[in-house]
Amino acid sequence: MAVTSLPAKRKPQKQNAWKAYSDWANNHRKWLFAAPAMIFVAILIIFPLGWTLYLSLTDSSGSVRAESEFIGFANYLEVLSDGDRFWPAVARTFIFTSVALLVQMVLGMCIALLLWRPFKGEKWVRVAILLPLVATPVAVGMMWRLIFDPNIGFANQMLGLLGIPAQPWLSGEHTALPTVIFIDIWQWTPMVVIILLAGLTSLSEEPDEAARIDGASAWQRFRFITVPLLMPTIIVAILLRSIDALKTFDLLYATKGRGGGSFNEVETLNIYAYGLSFDYNDYGLSSTVLILFFLIIIAAMWVLTRRRKDVQ
Amino acid sequence: MQRKTLRVAGMTAVTAILAGGSLAACSGGGGDEAASETVRVTLANHVWTEKIIESIPEFEEETGLTVELTQLGEDQLSAQYNVQLNAGTDEIDVMMYRPLQEGKLFAQNGYLADLTERVSSNPEWEWDDFQDGPVDSTSFEDQVVGVPTITEREVLYYRTDLLEQAGLEVPETLEDLEAAAKQINEANPDIAGFVARTGKSPAVTQFSSFLYGFGGDFIDDEGNSAVASPEAKEAYEYYGRMINQYGPANVSTDMSWPEAMAIFTQGGAAFYTEADSLYQNATDPANSQVAETVGFAPMPAGPAGSKPYNVPSWGLGINEASNNQDNAWKFIEWATSKDMVLEIQQAGVPGPRNSVWSDPAGTETYPEDLAAAIEVSAENGVGHDRPLVINVGEAREVVGDPIVVGITGGDVAAAADAADEAFQQFLDDERE
Repeated sequence: MAVTSLPAKRKPQKQNAWKAYSDWANNHRKWLFAAPAMIFVAILIIFPLGWTLYLSLTDSSGSVRAESEFIGFANYLEVLSDGDRFWPAVARTFIFTSVALLVQMVLGMCIALLLWRPFKGEKWVRVAILLPLVATPVAVGMMWRLIFDPNIGFANQMLGLLGIPAQPWLSGEHTALPTVIFIDIWQWTPMVVIILLAGLTSLSEEPDEAARIDGASAWQRFRFITVPLLMPTIIVAILLRSIDALKTFDLLYATKGRGGGSFNEVETLNIYAYGLSFDYNDYGLSSTVLILFFLIIIAAMWVLTRRRKDVQ
Repeated sequence: MQRKTLRVAGMTAVTAILAGGSLAACSGGGGDEAASETVRVTLANHVWTEKIIESIPEFEEETGLTVELTQLGEDQLSAQYNVQLNAGTDEIDVMMYRPLQEGKLFAQNGYLADLTERVSSNPEWEWDDFQDGPVDSTSFEDQVVGVPTITEREVLYYRTDLLEQAGLEVPETLEDLEAAAKQINEANPDIAGFVARTGKSPAVTQFSSFLYGFGGDFIDDEGNSAVASPEAKEAYEYYGRMINQYGPANVSTDMSWPEAMAIFTQGGAAFYTEADSLYQNATDPANSQVAETVGFAPMPAGPAGSKPYNVPSWGLGINEASNNQDNAWKFIEWATSKDMVLEIQQAGVPGPRNSVWSDPAGTETYPEDLAAAIEVSAENGVGHDRPLVINVGEAREVVGDPIVVGITGGDVAAAADAADEAFQQFLDDERE
């Protein structure tokens, strides 16, 4: 760009205001051009976050416009010592995320490897595999709710044909969480496939060929060549998917409703915070849960991005 | 030189966009101060709403006003109110709300305008014609804050063919009901003897009539928790046992009325206790496989008699922050006029007006046994179907817990004691 070749600083000249402005703008152009984005971020991220942080330090409830008292960290103490709802919700959030993520990565890798080399009918297979990704989570939730209905659902009728007794699926206290994890895997594995496939197609074939000539087995080539070369892409996939899975709300709410079911069986932190705010109108506690949740996500992301830098 | 001009032009453009953006942001907040010819009405998805929508052109023609309608599902409506009213919006004029669920909370937060003077301003519209129970529920601290639109009572839905086959009479007591459910379930293992809502929160309202029938209530006369009283424990045991032992196989613990109604209307259950206002789901052949064989009876009596709830499930209120309250009231007055209430009641939505109930035309479209059951329930009904507190959402989950424990065959007495402790704590907190 020609603009960058201009001298960075000019001698101050006594000129009209317009000239002064022009010079100022020229000298501060990195700020000026970044300003819209920075203001945007400030308004849309920092303000809500700051407001949530403020609410978490008050006993705001009923209406946020009603008077509320500043109560310091009392909400944090209450939430952190709550073994009935908060800690089980933390555990469920992590079980949901880690199990779904692990299966999605393994399954996604297998499918990506299968789709890597061109074959006949490749286009159709790819489209079919990507279909779950384009469906909206609420529609997906409703669909699986029908399939998993304990009395009239397709899943139990299929099991019946095989002579297996009917399962409670989404309605069971202990089977609901595994079932929603299954649905999440069904919906989001395609995204992992896309990311890994993009990474695979950009890999150079030479190291693989060299290893082949040296007599390396398929597994050895995968384990010691493909995976290490693909590692940055794998970490991107893990990063994106884990943020998404931690924050899952739509699928859980569509399948189990408020409170994650009568036994709170799929209540994750997001569902819990929503319930505190929209069912209980306890904005102080709800904000506290959200701030703690935010810190947990930040910590998890920090660990992952550090790992990514190490790899790179 | 040209380069510099371009650069300055670029800077100016950026500055202008920024300034323009912030100006636009400022102008977005201002509202129209003067009363508008447009009434903004927010309604829930309901048969009542469908009937009202059909007639809105008449209202617009009569008054010269324009109605701008927002229609939402029950949960979305609640969430919408939560966000918008919290922000002090003036963009809602008329709001359809659930007096027993949100009435106290909204009134306490000052979301609902005082209608006391308005309801008595028009003798022809006749406020005294509204039933006492519903009127109680739409009042707050001696102020009228809403007008009831839909009322409901719990009744027993049953299958006439199954009763005939088993040679049974329609059960009049809870004891008979259990025996009949047991007998039918044993004779037809694929058909549940009894079904009702099972979700922790949705079941509370339908459980309430059982609770009153056993002589209990959620809160005692001193305002303390009563959910661990011997009567309450018996009621919890009974409701849970009925579904656990004679209910559908693999019963879900998340059922609200659509799921429970589906089981009944697909022929999966002999008895079903539910609100009478939903009866068309069972009698409409398009939705129901048992339309020809469904019968209705008053809530079976417990040791304390037949005590179904008799409540206003929905009402209309005016947003306190609205600048258009006069026109909003015109809409409410029209929607709850005798003619409209009669018309809507004939379409199958039970209304709140005594004159419509005493008018033979008001019940002529109802199945005969249902009209009779409603008449009985209106006489001995209880005016609430959930704890009368401010944060009803939380209270329902607390007192609903033993229901679910009973349905899954757990220790109901222990669950009731735990719920009692939690509910007492909740009531104490709320009193502060």
